[in-house]
Amino acid sequence: MLVLKHVSRQFGGLMALQNVAMHIPTGQIVGLIGPNGAGKTTLINCMTGLDHPTAGEIKFDETPIQKKPAHRITALGMARTYQNIRLFGEMTVLENLVVAQHGLGRATLVDSLILTPRHRRENEHLRENGFQLLKRFHLEQNADVLAGNLPYGDQRRLEMARALATNPKLILLDEPTAGMNPVETAELGEQILRMKAEGKTLMVVEHDMSLIAQVCDEIYVLNFGQIIAHGTHEEIKNNSVVVEAYLGQEEGE
Amino acid sequence: MDFISDTLASVGLNEFVITLMFVNAILAMSIYLTLYGGMFSLANAGFMAIGSYVSVILTQNHGWPFFPAILAGMVAAGLIAIPIGLPVLRLRDIYLAIATIGFVEITRIMILNFDKIIAEVYTRLNIDTEPPKITNGPLGIIGIPVETKLEYLVGTVIILSYFMIRMHRSRFGRALAAIRQDENVAASQGINVVYYKNVAFILGAMIAGLGGGFSGHLSRIIQPGSYGFGTAVDILAYSVLGGITSWYGPILGGLALTALPEVLRPLKEYTGLINGVVLLIFIAYLPGGLGDPALWRSVRKTFNRLVNFINKGKTADAGA
Amino acid sequence: MRSSNQLLKLRSVAITALVMLGIALVAYELPGILDKKVLNPEQHLTTVIWVGSVYSLFALGYALVFSILGVLNLSHSAVFMWGGYIGVMSVIRYNVPIYYTLPLAMLGGGIIGVLVDLIAFAPLRRRNAPRISQLISSLGASAVLVSLAQLEFGTSPERFPRTTLKELPYEATVARPYSIDWLGAEFRITPLQVSIVFIAFALMLLLQYLVARTKTGKAMRVVAFNQKVAGLLSISVGGIFRLTFFIAGALAGAAGVLYAFAYPSLTPFTGDEMALKGLTVIVLGGLGSIRGAVLGGLLVAAFEVYATAIGYSWLKDALPFAALFLILLFRPQGLLGEATVKRA
Repeated sequence: MLVLKHVSRQFGGLMALQNVAMHIPTGQIVGLIGPNGAGKTTLINCMTGLDHPTAGEIKFDETPIQKKPAHRITALGMARTYQNIRLFGEMTVLENLVVAQHGLGRATLVDSLILTPRHRRENEHLRENGFQLLKRFHLEQNADVLAGNLPYGDQRRLEMARALATNPKLILLDEPTAGMNPVETAELGEQILRMKAEGKTLMVVEHDMSLIAQVCDEIYVLNFGQIIAHGTHEEIKNNSVVVEAYLGQEEGE
Repeated sequence: MDFISDTLASVGLNEFVITLMFVNAILAMSIYLTLYGGMFSLANAGFMAIGSYVSVILTQNHGWPFFPAILAGMVAAGLIAIPIGLPVLRLRDIYLAIATIGFVEITRIMILNFDKIIAEVYTRLNIDTEPPKITNGPLGIIGIPVETKLEYLVGTVIILSYFMIRMHRSRFGRALAAIRQDENVAASQGINVVYYKNVAFILGAMIAGLGGGFSGHLSRIIQPGSYGFGTAVDILAYSVLGGITSWYGPILGGLALTALPEVLRPLKEYTGLINGVVLLIFIAYLPGGLGDPALWRSVRKTFNRLVNFINKGKTADAGA
Repeated sequence: MRSSNQLLKLRSVAITALVMLGIALVAYELPGILDKKVLNPEQHLTTVIWVGSVYSLFALGYALVFSILGVLNLSHSAVFMWGGYIGVMSVIRYNVPIYYTLPLAMLGGGIIGVLVDLIAFAPLRRRNAPRISQLISSLGASAVLVSLAQLEFGTSPERFPRTTLKELPYEATVARPYSIDWLGAEFRITPLQVSIVFIAFALMLLLQYLVARTKTGKAMRVVAFNQKVAGLLSISVGGIFRLTFFIAGALAGAAGVLYAFAYPSLTPFTGDEMALKGLTVIVLGGLGSIRGAVLGGLLVAAFEVYATAIGYSWLKDALPFAALFLILLFRPQGLLGEATVKRA
């Protein structure tokens, strides 16, 4: 579904990404691991259109997207979550989900001004969708709470719900378990597997190996902007290059 | 009605001032859209100038009737906003502010020197006829009959208020609010950030052009000097005072800050000082402005507490 | 292989040299291109230098506050105006010898600068208010300062009395300029203009020395780089802020007095005219860069002088703003700033 070829991202003298090649097959869950600073977030940014590679090609379902703006890539069916939660803190939980469905709406300002049936219908529809999503993530009692006032765990779940709101084919999760205990992590793993069962494709960037082990079909390892290994969990675990990359990280700390 | 207007006039609020208050309310609303979208643009003073000059030139030199001329001024402002907005709105925060200040000043200077520019063009193209005098330089255009009436302005403010209220609950408004809070996230939710920012900018420019048209037909003269950096700051002050957390904030700000110097007419020399002090106090201690619902909630709470305190005192007296 | 730091320095020197060459080229070639007569292009060059040095001195205060605090202090021009008034009024009202006006104005400007910080900026810093709020607050402070000047000094233009100007080390009247023959051209510059350039550059060099070589200067640079780190290194961040405002205010005061020496009409609104020019100077030069302020000052002065010289005097106001606009669109970091400006 998503194919990266020779993707590089250069910042002045620094190569944040170098010749990255990757293939996320439809319906699979791919993991991306690597030490801090390896370039994982830069890679996700390039995939989602918030940043653009200085070289290389990214194809989403055969459509080249490396130059497209973020909102078009989302319209093609991609969604992402953020490492540091970036909800719209001044809006309520439900409003966050309604805004997330922006691409699914068609009402224009004129519709809202003269209160056409389309405006009313759409508002109802989007709110109902939002509510269903809230139920799925057990957040329905917080529907009218300001998103900024939610406890951390709820915010994380809202972030996930938001990614689903755009009805994406491919979801990119950037360190979704940060700050979670093992129980919550396992629950999240269940949610991810459920999404796979619904036909979605996912890429998970993570440090938590238990989640990776739980959900990923294959794993890529990124270090200093380059893919240094690719394979199943078993293969990666025993790969000396990977171990060294992480050990090197530890020694440096 | 007479009683009310007499009372108001006695504090310095005659019809002219009240009309001016509503013109400034409209200008404050023009900046609301862009601020709501997180854009710190000071450009609207320039669009006001465009609306003002275009509409006045149409009514004075070409005999247009009032309303079509005002609308033409509005459209002119909107048209100019398009090529300005596209490049400028890519800038963030302070750079956007500076660029829009630059736009305002360039507009003022262009209007000031418009006749000279036309004259130069005529010379270069070797046209023999006398070049027309359109904007009349620093003296501006004088002798404009007063056509702006309070009723038109109140009506406009009501229509614009309806517009703002509906905007808040619309897909458009949600998109703007999202852009204000986090542009990148908004983009990854499918919101075409460039499009919405520009639409907000253009709509704001048109409202400012409308305000300019009304203002141009109110004070009998228009001069380029009234549409510079100082005016841009004034418009900003209306929004700061009124706050942008609610649609009525800018209206309150515009009304209050225009009325204040008139009411304090005995202190006429101190108006600059008062404006400055008000700005300082509000930005530090009341960032939500007059229109902040939180402010009124706490006012009500204090009021209730005061009432309770007085009541307790009464019952205590009764008991003693 | 040169380090990237050295490369950056080389680049800024190269840009500076290019700009200077460009100004000289315009001076000599533009009249020919536009088919207009310009007398004495050398004369214009000297004007550019001395007017530019006043602009640069003024803009330095902006640049300093922006680079260390990250905010634009729009009351800087009001402090400039007050510096001018302190100078002029101390002579007119209190018969202070003219030598003392510069240090007095600098002291006064510095004090006003610190006051502005205490009233308009510090409370907002404490509340973690967004930078835009601080900008608006500085506008309020500016309005207050201008009104106070209006109330105290009235609005009719003031100037240094001619008699006292004569007491300057060099005679200050325009009547007897120096004539310098160089490369076959005659440069004429009055003693007053020489003093102005001399004082302005002395102050700028002093500032450069302070920032680059003293311990305090190092502390300022650390604060500019990262306030948290500075706190960890037990640098008093608040103290550095106040010092920055003092220095910026002093520079503004100095620029104000120099301006009052040169232009015989000081009003409470003189600052406002300079404000936008100063903004253009630092945006052109690069918002945090001290060297950029110098270059920007020369550029803006060049725009003004040459626009007037070729007869399009109305262009002299428009050109700096047009340049401002274009620079922001195509190179927001200015000529000498670093490319760290993010586009939204």
